[in-house]
Amino acid sequence: MNFNKQSNIARQFVQAIPFSAELSMSVDLIENGFAIMSMPYDTRLIGNSDTAIIHGGAVTALLDTCSGAAVMSHSAAPLITSTLDFRMDYMRSATPKHRITANAECYHVTRSVAFVRATAYDEDEARPVATAAGAFTVQFKSTAK
Amino acid sequence: MTTKKIQIEPKVEPRLKLLKNFVFEMPYAHFLGIDATHKNNKLVTILPYSSSLIGNPMLPALHGGVTASFLEISAVLELYWGVISTNWRFNSDQLNRTSSTGSIFHGQIPKTIDFTIDYLRPGQPTDAYAEAEIKRAGRRYASVYVEAWQEDRKKLYAQASGHFLMPNNNE
Repeated sequence: MNFNKQSNIARQFVQAIPFSAELSMSVDLIENGFAIMSMPYDTRLIGNSDTAIIHGGAVTALLDTCSGAAVMSHSAAPLITSTLDFRMDYMRSATPKHRITANAECYHVTRSVAFVRATAYDEDEARPVATAAGAFTVQFKSTAK
Repeated sequence: MTTKKIQIEPKVEPRLKLLKNFVFEMPYAHFLGIDATHKNNKLVTILPYSSSLIGNPMLPALHGGVTASFLEISAVLELYWGVISTNWRFNSDQLNRTSSTGSIFHGQIPKTIDFTIDYLRPGQPTDAYAEAEIKRAGRRYASVYVEAWQEDRKKLYAQASGHFLMPNNNE
């Protein structure tokens, strides 16, 4: 299967996720184990109504989805993936009203696990908002039930 | 006829009210539908099921980001419950303040430094519950462990642990 076809599948997959749709996440780039996704600032995601800063959990949701998309687009072509573990490191608060963008790279895939690193930014691309590292389950045609 | 008053553990009721105000002033927690209750001397947070929380429509399963958010908010609520609200010299005026009257709580929100989630089972399309345990709470940093389950308390669907920067009480 070529990468483009695989990427289309991943793009459709992400768009069909109710919670990601709820947060208006979009796939900006997806190819060969690498994905960029973003979501707009939304007052419903605020974690502190005094400062209007969005909650870290919403950033986690974007990074988790973007990481899953990176896994799906890897050349190893997994059929399905789910998060096994996910570690978030919060560098700073995202600036209110900024769009949040996530980059994720699936840098290694074994027969059963995919490893991903991801970073989230707001509109200041020089200073990351958060970084993440995750392990994802993968199933291939030969191992699928 | 005299009505017997149900005995409630001292301080629990006003603290729970304070905590509910705290949840109310966190729009994201409100958006996810998170609520809290006090059972068997422990704080239990609840995530009522909603179809918008789905991450895998084929299974279907809850979104990993929803579970992560739920557990992180549960850890923060436990810190608020266990450390912050008990140190608080609150009065009825503070208890009655809500977001419409301006907040006194925000300076008291612990900031997450890092948070690691283990997804033990797919989140079923049903209500979820979480209970957190403060492993250590120092003046500056706190370490919290969280367990989440759905139908069976003994069958965890996720667990997490994280570090938090404690609010500065001198501010």
